[in-house]
Amino acid sequence: MEWGAVSSEEKEVSTILESGSQRTLSPYVTGTSVLGLKYKDGVIMAADMGAQKLNTRCSYGSTLRYKSVEQIKPIGKHTLLGASGEISDFQEILRYLDELIIYDHMWDDGNSLGPKEVHNYLNRVMYNRRNKFNPLWNSLVVGGVKNGQKYLGMVGMIGTHYEDNHVATGFGNHLARPIMRAEWREDLTFEEAVKILEKCLLVLLYRDRSAINKFQISKITEEGVTISEPYALKTFWGFSAFQNPTKGAEGSW
Amino acid sequence: MALRGDWVYENNGGTCVAIAGSDYCVVAADTRLSVGYSIYTRDYSKICKLADKCVLASSGFQGDMKALQKNLSAKHLVSHVHLHIYQHQHNKQMSCPAMARLLSNTLYYKRFFPYYTFNILGGLDNEGKGCVYSYDAVGSYERVGYSCQGTGGALIMPVLDNQLKSPSPLLLPSRDAVTPLSESEAVDLVKDVFASATERDIYTGDKLEIIVVNATGIRQEFLDLRKD
Repeated sequence: MEWGAVSSEEKEVSTILESGSQRTLSPYVTGTSVLGLKYKDGVIMAADMGAQKLNTRCSYGSTLRYKSVEQIKPIGKHTLLGASGEISDFQEILRYLDELIIYDHMWDDGNSLGPKEVHNYLNRVMYNRRNKFNPLWNSLVVGGVKNGQKYLGMVGMIGTHYEDNHVATGFGNHLARPIMRAEWREDLTFEEAVKILEKCLLVLLYRDRSAINKFQISKITEEGVTISEPYALKTFWGFSAFQNPTKGAEGSW
Repeated sequence: MALRGDWVYENNGGTCVAIAGSDYCVVAADTRLSVGYSIYTRDYSKICKLADKCVLASSGFQGDMKALQKNLSAKHLVSHVHLHIYQHQHNKQMSCPAMARLLSNTLYYKRFFPYYTFNILGGLDNEGKGCVYSYDAVGSYERVGYSCQGTGGALIMPVLDNQLKSPSPLLLPSRDAVTPLSESEAVDLVKDVFASATERDIYTGDKLEIIVVNATGIRQEFLDLRKD
C-alpha cells in the first residue's frame, strides 16, 4: 500500500473529528523495510537506520531526516521487535510493551512473556486501533526463542498477522522475500543467515530509494539478544545496467 | 460511517469449498495469504475447528477472519465461566445448525462495520447428515448441499453445479440437497476444482487443506498446489 497518498475522504475525516483528538491519517517520519529469518539457533533480524520525513499534504517527496534510528529493539528476555513505518508510533508501542512487561514482572512468579505472547498482544493492539479508525502506522516483525521454540511473525497496520520461516516488511516483501525463499534452510548457520540478510539489504539499498547504507543486524537465541553496532556494506555501482540503464531499450528520446 | 476510509480493509484472498454427503462433509481451503501482487505466506490455515462436528472455512481480510474465529470459539468453548458459554450452560458441544445461526448473528451484529469475511460452515447435523452453510459478509445464510466462497469462488461454483447436480430448490416437495457422491469421490472432486482454480486465480494456490468430518471424527489431509 502507498502510505503517502491522502484521499479526499481522509481529509474529510480530519475536519469531522474536531473534538480535539488527533489521529494518524498519513505517516510523518517513517523507517523502511525490516527483514527477519529463522536459523539453526534462533532468529536474526536486519534493518537500515534511516528515517524519512514525509512532506505534508501539498507537496510530493520526502527528506532523509534521521540517520541513527534503531528499528529493532529487544522486548523482555525472549523477544526481538522490528518495526517499519511511523517512528513515533513504534516508540508508543515500545512504551505499551514496557508497561506490560513491568506489570508482568511485578507478580514475581517467574513467568515471562515469550515471542508468541508478544506477537499475539501486538496483533490485538494493532487490530483494536484500526477498529477505532486510529491506526498505529507500522508493520511489525516479532521474533524470538523460548523453551527451545523459535518464533517469527509479522503484524501489519490493520491487524493482518502471520508466522513464517522468514518475513520482510514493505519493499522487503517484494525484493528480499524471493531471495530468502530461494536460499532459506532449516539448518542455516549464523554466518550463512547473515550472508543471506546482507544480500537482501544490498538489493534493497540499490532498489529502495528510502534505504541507506547504515544497518544493524540483531540475533536472538536461547542465550539472549545481541544487536550489532551500525555498519555499512560494500557497494558496487559499476554494473552495466546501472551505468547505461536504457541500453537495449532505446526510445525516440 | 462516512468516517470509514478504504484502508481499514485488505483482501488477503483465498478460496473455500465445502461438500455435504449423506454421512460426511468435506471442507477445504487453500493456504495462500496474499495482498495485491505479493504473497505474505504460503502456509496460512483458513480453516478453524469450532466444535466436534463443525468446522469453519473463511476467506477475505485475515484480521477479521481471526477475530471472527476467536469470537465464535470464545462463545462456544471453555475458559471464562461467567460468560454465556454454550458448553458450560448446556454441557454439550454446539450442533452445526446452531453454530450456523450463531455465525449469522455474529456477522450481522457488525452490519455497519462488517467483518470482511466470506465463510462456509461445514459439518454434521443432529441426524449425522452432512451439512453446509454458505454466508455473505453481513450474515445472510442458507443451508446448501455444496458451496464455495472467496477469490476463486466464481471459477469453481459452475464446476460444482455441473458435477453435483443439486436438485432445484423450487421443487415441491423439497428434496434433499446432499450430494450422491461417496466420501472419496467428493475429496477427489475438491482436489480437482482447486487444481483448476489455482491455474487462473492468482490469490489461490500453494497448498490445499482438506478436512473431512464423518461419524468417526475429523480427518485432515494436504495437497500441494501450484506456487506461481
